[in-house]
Amino acid sequence: MISLANPTRFLNLVDRVVPWLSALVVIVLGIGLYLSLFVAPPDYQQGETVKIMFVHVPSAWLGMFGYILIAIAALGTLIWRHPLADVAAKTAAPIGATFTFIALVTGSLWGKPMWGTYWVWDARLTSMLILLLLYLGLIALWQAIDEPGRAGRAAAILGLVGAINIPIIKFSVDWWNTLHQPESIFRAGGPTIDPSLLTPLFVMAIGFTALFVLLHLIAMRAEILRRRVHALQQTQVERAALAEA
Amino acid sequence: MLDLGTHASFIIAAYGVTFIAVGALVLATIEDDRKQRRKLAELERLGIRRRSAKAPASPTVKTLAKPKATRAPAKRKAAGPRGGKARS
Repeated sequence: MISLANPTRFLNLVDRVVPWLSALVVIVLGIGLYLSLFVAPPDYQQGETVKIMFVHVPSAWLGMFGYILIAIAALGTLIWRHPLADVAAKTAAPIGATFTFIALVTGSLWGKPMWGTYWVWDARLTSMLILLLLYLGLIALWQAIDEPGRAGRAAAILGLVGAINIPIIKFSVDWWNTLHQPESIFRAGGPTIDPSLLTPLFVMAIGFTALFVLLHLIAMRAEILRRRVHALQQTQVERAALAEA
Repeated sequence: MLDLGTHASFIIAAYGVTFIAVGALVLATIEDDRKQRRKLAELERLGIRRRSAKAPASPTVKTLAKPKATRAPAKRKAAGPRGGKARS
C-alpha cells in the first residue's frame, strides 16, 4: 500500500485498473438505469417521481464522499507533506462539486412536484449548498496560487475547516425541523424503503461510486503528468538560457 | 414506451441534467488526461526527459548514455583470523 504512494508506481497501477473499472462502470450503470427506469414500481406517495431519487441520492452521497476524501488528503498534505495527497485532494474537488450540483438540481426538480417549491432554506438544502460553495472555493484557491505546494497547503487548511459541514449535512434532518425527510436508508432499525426501490438505488449508488473512483484515478494521472510537464518545461527554459549565455 | 406519469417533465429534466453534467465531467477529465500525455510525449520527443526516466531504445541515445562501470569483484582478503591477534 505504501509503495503505491510512489507516483510512478501509482501511474502504473492506474494504467492497469482504468480499462477494467471503465467496463465495470458501463455494466453497473447500464443495469442500474434499466432497473431505475423500467423495473422499479411507482412509490405509493411519490408516484413515478421516485425515479429522481435513483440519481439524486447517490449524487448527494458522492458529494459528501468527495469532501471526506479531500479532508483525509488534507491531513496527508499537512502532516506527511506527501505530493500524492495534494494531487488526490485537488482532483477530487471538481468531481465532488459536479455530484453536489447534480444532487441540488435533481433535489429541486423532485421538490417542485412533491413539496410545491423548488427551494426552501432548510438545514439540509442549505448545508448542501454550502458544500457546493466550499468545493468552488477550493477550486478557486488552487487556480489562484501558481506554486502547487503553497496552493496545496492553503487548500488543505480550507478543506479541513470545511469538513465540519459534513456532520452538519448528515445530522441536519435530526437536529432541526426540516422539510427534507429524515434518514430513510442508513438508520437504526434498517431502511424504511421497500426492497423493490432499494435495489435500483443501491445498484445506481455502486455505479456512481465506481464512476467517481474511475474519474478520480484518471484526473490524478493527468495532474501528476501536468506537474511532470511543468517541471520539464522549466528544464527546457533553463537549458535554452544556458545555451544563449 | 416508458410511462413517467404526470410529472414526466421533472423526471426527464432530472435525468437530462445528470447526463449532461456527468458527460461533461467525463469528457473534460479524459481530454485533460490526453492533453497532458501529448505534452509529455512532445517534450520527450525533443529529448527533454526526467532524470529517472528510462532512455529510449534508439542507438543515438544509447551512445550518449554512460556505459556501466565494469568492476572486477573485489578480492577477498586471505582467510585468516579477523581482528588481529588471536586471543590466547
